[in-house]
Amino acid sequence: MSRRGDLVFRVLTAFGGTLIFLVVVLMLLQMLEGSLPILGKAGLGFFAGATWDPVRSVFHALPSIWGTLVSSFIGLVIAVPFGLGVAIFLSQVAPRWLAGTASVAVELLAAIPSVIYGYWGIFVLAPLLRQVIEPGLAGALGWLPFFQGPAFGVGMLAAGLILSIMVLPTIAAISRDVLAAVPVEQRDAALALGATRWEAITGALLPYARTGLVGAVVLALGRAVGETMAVTMLIGNQPTLSLSLFSPAYSMASIIANEFTEATTVPHISALIAIGLILFVLGFLLNAGARLLVWQMDRRLGGERA
Amino acid sequence: MSRPLAVEQESAGRAPYPRPLPPPETGWRRWKDRLMIGLTGLAFLLALVPLAHILGYTLWRGLPTLNWDFFTQLPAPVGEPGGGIVQALVGTLLIVAMATAMGVPVGLLAGIYLAEFGRGRFATWLGFLSDVLTGIPSITVGIFAYTLIVVPMQTFSAFSGAVALAILMVPTVTRTTADMLRLVPVEMRDGALALGAPLWYAVLSVEMRQALPGIVTGIMLAVARVSGETAPLLFTAFGANVLVWNVFRPMATMTLQIFQYSISPWPTQQQLAWGAALVLIVLVLALNLGARALAKYMSRYNAGR
Repeated sequence: MSRRGDLVFRVLTAFGGTLIFLVVVLMLLQMLEGSLPILGKAGLGFFAGATWDPVRSVFHALPSIWGTLVSSFIGLVIAVPFGLGVAIFLSQVAPRWLAGTASVAVELLAAIPSVIYGYWGIFVLAPLLRQVIEPGLAGALGWLPFFQGPAFGVGMLAAGLILSIMVLPTIAAISRDVLAAVPVEQRDAALALGATRWEAITGALLPYARTGLVGAVVLALGRAVGETMAVTMLIGNQPTLSLSLFSPAYSMASIIANEFTEATTVPHISALIAIGLILFVLGFLLNAGARLLVWQMDRRLGGERA
Repeated sequence: MSRPLAVEQESAGRAPYPRPLPPPETGWRRWKDRLMIGLTGLAFLLALVPLAHILGYTLWRGLPTLNWDFFTQLPAPVGEPGGGIVQALVGTLLIVAMATAMGVPVGLLAGIYLAEFGRGRFATWLGFLSDVLTGIPSITVGIFAYTLIVVPMQTFSAFSGAVALAILMVPTVTRTTADMLRLVPVEMRDGALALGAPLWYAVLSVEMRQALPGIVTGIMLAVARVSGETAPLLFTAFGANVLVWNVFRPMATMTLQIFQYSISPWPTQQQLAWGAALVLIVLVLALNLGARALAKYMSRYNAGR
């Protein structure tokens, strides 16, 4: 009686686990199937061309891939130093009462829905860019190709900035945990050798935590790449390939968000699903990579404690 | 990324540096130290600016909108002032409730499997997959629900949106369930087994009782996360400007409403969106803070025995 109950129990819980497997496999298969029409027709050329024109039914992924990469890159270039600074401050410098409260606050900010970041960006960030920041950049660095053209407010720079604001809590929270997990002896040994606090941080703490910190950055990159709503609301939504950061652009996620419900032709839907497939695979790889890095860090810590 | 919730909260504030006495070195090393340490504090302050501005600005723009009508009326005709977003409130609650009803049981089962039987290769992969799933771009889950449900049923529906959100919830619930069950001392389960209880009873009745607050914490965080999701609902729940109770019809949510109004030129609609944003923030932060309080309560409760 009890043995049969245990069997049912085991089968039932295994069924829950199998469902997770099933969903991932089904997702992959469906997206592969959905993107076959365009990939079968255009092949690898789908990734290479610079045109995205639903009217003429010409679809290439490059503009949206470019938009995703550049906006994520801007986001990380800004967020990584800030996030690392915040993590060092919270784990090493700040008094205990401040560190506790601030850490909770940082994690709460990661929970704010992205559509709200986007809405705020439309009303606050975009006007600020249009009126102050972009004219300023054009004036100071206008000889660079990145800062040329009319200032719209919305565009690649706006998307990158909102991404930096959104992934900063992720980087800060995870890096803080990683730094807090480094054995105190590491930094104390450096201090005992006469290092200043900063030298102990750069010489002992950061190298020790490097794997975990890289994991945090990769994870943040995964978030930035998959971020949809805020980017859609701020990137300007034009499938252009431009070096200028002021120019409106498109990201992989936002092209799907904007056009999927309006797409009526097979090639159009198929092209959007193919972009979804790239996004899925990219998100999967980035997260898997980050996970492996953090695991490696954990194992190392566990090994040295044992 | 899912991290163990309850246990590590307390260790967040680690001991600050022992003040080096006497100053380790005079001259540039000392100044560099002060400068760089000061810069980390500055980074912290600067990071707070946009984040504080988002909260403050939403409060400032949203608060005047919140009145009885906002929670009970449909949107006013375009251009007219007043009205509310009752259809979006109802939609968010319905869809999230359905997603929870579907996602939590699956997550619980998978989590129990990982904790109790999770030794083989299947379980290793399962744990890895479910962790990786937490970071999958949510819009791709929307595509999945679209091809799985919307296309065969030939209509956008709240149900398909709920399925998408459920898929997003499962990994979080799985991870917390497994982590919390593993924290329960193995002696408790063995004690129950020694008294003749079958394994399923030992797990569900003895271990679960211990792990429950932590699991509820995880569920609350998962609910908070999906309440704010927009992307997977764009082509599943789709949105509506009327009050819908039929879950096999297109339905509004607060997030979809904000997105729809964000491209509206009408100040009255923008105003409604700010109200919705404020309600959403309060909802999400309340769920997060509640989950945190519960986790803290649990760590104290467990430490006290």
